[in-house]
Amino acid sequence: MLHTVNKSPFMNQSLESCLRFTQSGDAILLIEDGVYGAAAGTGKSALVEEALKNHQVYVLSADLKARALTNLIEGVKVTDYAGFVDLVEQNLVHAWL
Amino acid sequence: MDWNGRGRTGVQGMKLAVVVYEGPYNHEASDSAYNFVQAALAKGHEIRGIFFYHDGVYNVTKLMEPPQDDRHIANRWSEIGAKGVDIVVCIAAAKRRGIKDEVLVSNVRISGLGQLTMMAIEADRVVTFGD
Amino acid sequence: MSEKKKIMFTVRKPPHGTIYVYEGLEVKLIMAAYDADISVVFMDDGVLALKAGQNTKELGIKGFEATYGALVDYEISQVYADRQSMEERGMTEDDLLVIGEDEDTEEPIRPQVIDSSEIAAMMAEQHNILPF
Repeated sequence: MLHTVNKSPFMNQSLESCLRFTQSGDAILLIEDGVYGAAAGTGKSALVEEALKNHQVYVLSADLKARALTNLIEGVKVTDYAGFVDLVEQNLVHAWL
Repeated sequence: MDWNGRGRTGVQGMKLAVVVYEGPYNHEASDSAYNFVQAALAKGHEIRGIFFYHDGVYNVTKLMEPPQDDRHIANRWSEIGAKGVDIVVCIAAAKRRGIKDEVLVSNVRISGLGQLTMMAIEADRVVTFGD
Repeated sequence: MSEKKKIMFTVRKPPHGTIYVYEGLEVKLIMAAYDADISVVFMDDGVLALKAGQNTKELGIKGFEATYGALVDYEISQVYADRQSMEERGMTEDDLLVIGEDEDTEEPIRPQVIDSSEIAAMMAEQHNILPF
């Protein structure tokens, strides 16, 4: 499965909930304000660091650049919209709106 | 050129549907959906349909007049529709919000929730963008 | 069509503060008329929409508890609530509204409370999932 998360983890529990309902091997894609979850050294970095033990975690480059986010948690993969489409090809999708 | 799938590169035969829940400008949802659709078309996928629900129905009104240097969200969707993609505005959500046929940009149509149902059943994947 | 496609709805927002739950319910009722295997899962603040005794009269908006009461009549009987989401919000099974009644015994039917691991497994089996 592919889970998309579009909310900042500082304002909203979507990322935490998503992680509670994922199965090992599921992919997680952070988009829009969700990309803040991939930032290294924050009060919420532990969420994605923990997720990386069982999941591939992707982050959308256009949203990263728009937010001037450069320092990412190690292991997070940066992808573009074409990569987003690839992930959708490979997986059933649930959006954690 | 058939923009709706065949004859281009990518996984053949994958049908994608896109659903948008939020209106233009206020949320990023419509932009994300647009960029996703563009990328999917570029990879040669068939877009089974795009469905606007909740405040998403505001995305395709020709009454919007953004500043010259900003993107025109309604026209962008109309251009996608011109490529043969079926773009549907939910009639129940639209009526509630004062959106009617006569205010829509071209290449989009108003129809019922049955269209969303058929997309969910017939598309290989549904991708939802919202708040 | 060979076999029915499995379509799941996930409800994660609280009721009334926004229209999502209400308009989402309209989608479920329409989709129930089509040839699909429908399930609805309430999680996070979505479980709050399942609280019995909602009265929106003073708000001046149309509620939906009565419509939820007819879900089984619409043949939407796979209705689930996430146990942890309920516990975190101080809800027990006794708080849940009724979604129909058993044809034979006339006993009220309520959403089934299940664990997140069961929900995760169900999600993975779907043809498509619509968040509402």
